[in-house]
Amino acid sequence: MENVQVFRIQVLAIVGSGLLIIFILELIRRKRLKEEFSILWLGMGVVFLVISLFRGLLDKFSYFVGIGYPPAALFLILIMGLMVILIHFSVAISELKEANKKLTQELGLLKKETEDR
Amino acid sequence: MGKVLPEDSPLSFSVGVVVTLTISPGRYIFLAGLIQEFVKKIIIIPAYNEEDNIGRVLTAAEECCPDFDILVINDGSTDRTSETARKFGSVGVIDLPVNLGIGGAVQTGFIYSRKKGYEVAVQIDGDGQHKPSEVRKILSPLLDGEADVVIGSRFIKKGSYKSLSFRKIGIKLFELTNRLLLGERITDSTSGFRAYNRKSIELLSKDYPDDYPEPEAIYFLKKKGMTIIEVPVEMDTRHGGKSSISLVRSVYYMVKVFLAIFVLILRKHD
Repeated sequence: MENVQVFRIQVLAIVGSGLLIIFILELIRRKRLKEEFSILWLGMGVVFLVISLFRGLLDKFSYFVGIGYPPAALFLILIMGLMVILIHFSVAISELKEANKKLTQELGLLKKETEDR
Repeated sequence: MGKVLPEDSPLSFSVGVVVTLTISPGRYIFLAGLIQEFVKKIIIIPAYNEEDNIGRVLTAAEECCPDFDILVINDGSTDRTSETARKFGSVGVIDLPVNLGIGGAVQTGFIYSRKKGYEVAVQIDGDGQHKPSEVRKILSPLLDGEADVVIGSRFIKKGSYKSLSFRKIGIKLFELTNRLLLGERITDSTSGFRAYNRKSIELLSKDYPDDYPEPEAIYFLKKKGMTIIEVPVEMDTRHGGKSSISLVRSVYYMVKVFLAIFVLILRKHD
């Protein structure tokens, strides 16, 4: 019974990570997602795929970093991954904002120039 | 480009004379009084939804400062700010298609001033808080070469300006920080009533903070070796509209400015 449950969640995890990777690749193929933004998501998908394929890995990792309850290590990895992605987003938004400012200024100045002619 | 004048036309000659006179700062010493008349000067007025105030500001500016060009930066206003400003024949208007915030708007003015070769830029807020009649006060130390930047301060001498108490605390805190970090007494860090010379225009046209730029700009300019002095001026309490600074925002203001100053100190080379 125990084994069946563990097997179930393992299959679910493998399918889930696989679907994430396929979904991201599909978005890139359809040009809905730029490669720059896909790499972190793909990386996370691969990490979860590896963890679900080799179950011992998570136990070893949690023992190594000193986490008593292995599933908690899973959350740690997940949250860290999401944090990295979110910071990446903040950087990207800041860059966009800067570009947006420059474009707006340039447009305003150009309009003035054409009006003055 | 427009028509190119032939080299020997009288018009191009006179243009050439003015340009050479205004460009070399070294000659101020010899011909100070004469050249001050010829120096290209501009008043930059950032305005966001100021249709109620901009007319009065522009009337006063035209009256007090006929030797200045006047430029309104309409920062994506949704009201008739631009139309109102355009009724003044001598006033130039730059319409920004989206709202950038005060920093982005004022910087547009600096870029314009740099490109058009202005030697002096005076910034006046579009809300009527700054009196154009006070422009001469912040202008003269700049023209005399005493400073690269002149800030009009409400606090050096008691003026008619009434400030809310929590804002005053913030401003006092800035003053303390200025004294600690710059070793200088700058009493009105948040004042946007400022005069800039060519060097500082060039610096700020390339790098200017987005929001609540005034206190941060002081540190940036000092870091770049500019001399900044303060001059007492009188300011009005707001006539109409609403100040862009509420209580919650002023907390954000403080945090943002101190963070920016901290980072500016960390960022040694750029």
